[in-house]
Amino acid sequence: MRHGKYPFIIGFLVVPLALYLVFVVGAYLQMFQLSFTDWSGFGSFNYVGFDNFAKLWDDPVFWIALRHNVYILIAMPIVTIAIALFFAFLLNVGGKSKGGTTQGVWGSKVYRVVFFFPQLLALAIVAVIFGRVFGSDRSGMLNGLFPDSWSPWLFLADERWALICIAIVLIWQQIGFYVVLFSAGMGSIGQDIYEAAALDGATKVTLFFRITLPLLWDTLQVAWVYLGIAAFDLFALVNIMSVNKGGPNNATQVLSYQIYLNAFQNSQAGYASAIGVVLFFLTLTFAALTLRVTRRDAVA
Amino acid sequence: MSEITTSRRTLLRRAAAVGLVAAPGVSFLSACAGSDDSGDTSKQATGTKSADNPLGIDPKAGVEIVIFDGGLGTKYATDVDTPLFNKKWPDAKITYSATQQVATTIKPRLNAGSAPDMINNSGSDIMDFGAIVKAGQAADLSDLFAAPSLDIAGKTVAETLVPGAVQQGTYDGKPFAVNYSFTVFGLWYNKKLFDKNSWTVPTTWTDFTALLDKIKAAGVTPFGYAGANASYYMVRALLTSAAKIGTEQVLKDIDNLKPGAWTNDAIMQAAKAWGEVGNKYIDKSFLGLKHTEVQLQQDQDKVAFYPCGSWLENEQAASTPAGFEYAMMAFPSVTAADKLPATAINAAAGEIYFAAAKSKNPQGGKEYLRTMLSKEAALEFTKLTKSLTVVAGAADGVTISPGLTSANDALSKAGQDVFMGYLFDTWYKKLDDASREAVNQLMFKGGDAKKFCDTMEAASQAVAKDSSITKFTRS
Repeated sequence: MRHGKYPFIIGFLVVPLALYLVFVVGAYLQMFQLSFTDWSGFGSFNYVGFDNFAKLWDDPVFWIALRHNVYILIAMPIVTIAIALFFAFLLNVGGKSKGGTTQGVWGSKVYRVVFFFPQLLALAIVAVIFGRVFGSDRSGMLNGLFPDSWSPWLFLADERWALICIAIVLIWQQIGFYVVLFSAGMGSIGQDIYEAAALDGATKVTLFFRITLPLLWDTLQVAWVYLGIAAFDLFALVNIMSVNKGGPNNATQVLSYQIYLNAFQNSQAGYASAIGVVLFFLTLTFAALTLRVTRRDAVA
Repeated sequence: MSEITTSRRTLLRRAAAVGLVAAPGVSFLSACAGSDDSGDTSKQATGTKSADNPLGIDPKAGVEIVIFDGGLGTKYATDVDTPLFNKKWPDAKITYSATQQVATTIKPRLNAGSAPDMINNSGSDIMDFGAIVKAGQAADLSDLFAAPSLDIAGKTVAETLVPGAVQQGTYDGKPFAVNYSFTVFGLWYNKKLFDKNSWTVPTTWTDFTALLDKIKAAGVTPFGYAGANASYYMVRALLTSAAKIGTEQVLKDIDNLKPGAWTNDAIMQAAKAWGEVGNKYIDKSFLGLKHTEVQLQQDQDKVAFYPCGSWLENEQAASTPAGFEYAMMAFPSVTAADKLPATAINAAAGEIYFAAAKSKNPQGGKEYLRTMLSKEAALEFTKLTKSLTVVAGAADGVTISPGLTSANDALSKAGQDVFMGYLFDTWYKKLDDASREAVNQLMFKGGDAKKFCDTMEAASQAVAKDSSITKFTRS
């Protein structure tokens, strides 16, 4: 059988590898190439060296967008993970123990399914729905629930709150997946450990911090990286929900949307590629840093 | 835009596949970087020029057309233009397709050198036409405009059009686009509501604000526009007022990115007047609304005046109740010293149709355009879409709808004082974006006219200094 092994393996790998090379690696290489050109998106182009990056440095909107991505990068994973952990804990360990085994709160089987619902909706649909939830006049769902004497809240049309509204939607949509992910992680923690701790008189809080959290560290690490990458995206939500193209007054501007606007609307594909290059390195740095930093923590 | 709307799950999958790297959007972008200059023009279909065939098309060569499937529908192409074309050229097969995603479907074909022959560039997924011209992808239409009209004897195509129609599609002296529909801009209101309350149409700013006060007292929001996605309607209102104060030269300076164009006194006065309207008469929640929502509120008589173009009536046809009759008035004079009269009106050709330079049969594409510009096709277009065309007088004497009649009346009242408006919004998308934001700030956030002028002046000069943006000029 030995002589047949390599053709067999290669046979499996060649198609995905070719797809990967053409549609991922190839596209990235071309992006790097284009970032050094003045390509408009149509026809031919000239090489302009680092001009696009110099322009980027002086572009105030780029910095606003970057700042927003960083805000989301800091806040969104923390909030999402915290809530998802809490829910997952309740679903798996939060209930009364029965016959010595810990279990979820009453009805946890139903919740487990319900939490996953947002995950089943396409992000575009979620964005449209929440656009109506946050409607800035009385026809908006939240404003409709407020008493008539209140003047309508502007939500997405309010510079101070617009980005927070979008972050809330993102968190709402993400949580389900991480509840499932953490539930799976918790399921693999041995019942005997919980039992032993419970026999020693550990409370639910102690159980969570001393047992669940440390044993779930690997899963958390993965979640953190995934969420961080999602924080660099945000395109669909901003494109559909934001007032006046990442407004009002650039209050919801993010890098991915800047790429879109420059490439497809402003006909500055070269410049958009430069933003793409920056985003590429930001994401890479973030992922590497996260894995490194959290690994050290795990050892300590 | 579905390709770009990366869902979180595909993102995760991709992130895992790429080894935890994701730069959304960009990979789609590079995917369309094609070889340039690949269109081989030597294989293009041609025929012998003659009086009957002024563009020299090959009578047997097929013509591929792409129509934007939007507010105007596609019936005018399938039921009017194509049969008309085939009546003259029975052997030329028309290959027709319609799309709502013009850039998504057409841009890759342009870059690959296999473009359709005639393209309707429109909609929210519109291609930057200035960039198309610069890349040599649009055919020069000089011969089309010089050719005799299909059914107006003794005139060239250019001579049958309204003033400014050719100019609007002209880039650096050469025409590249037919802007087919003719749009009249003004303030739209419900004539029946106004008659019922005996509100009369104002011509001076004092009368205008007095009327707005009256409307407000009646419990109706006097003025509105949608800040979320249609603030450019308001930009047009403001700049129309500015042009009335200081003539169209004000707008030409803006288009030519002339230093000081936006800090011009006329713009300042117009911004001040409109900022005041924003402070007093607009509903602040409109900043978060889309055009459909505000237009619906107008149909429900919750909003009195709405600045818009003459497509409004047709767009709202499905939601206009029986007690509603669209009518349009010219924007009132801002000062007594306005250089243009109160009746002056902004009317512009719009809706780009062009022949691709690197297609199989560009002359056939042009012949299709010549068919569209015939009087017969134009009248049918107006009947089907309730939108006027650039073919002068094609719809005169035909009653189509109250709103369109009202716009046509305003047009004839304006006489010679019809001006084309501005082009910076299609030439310089960045400046267009800046104007949308600045006008929202002006109308919803305190009416600071000086801030509006200064912001726009800075944005305009930034575009002027940016060497990567292709510049255009007009006179």
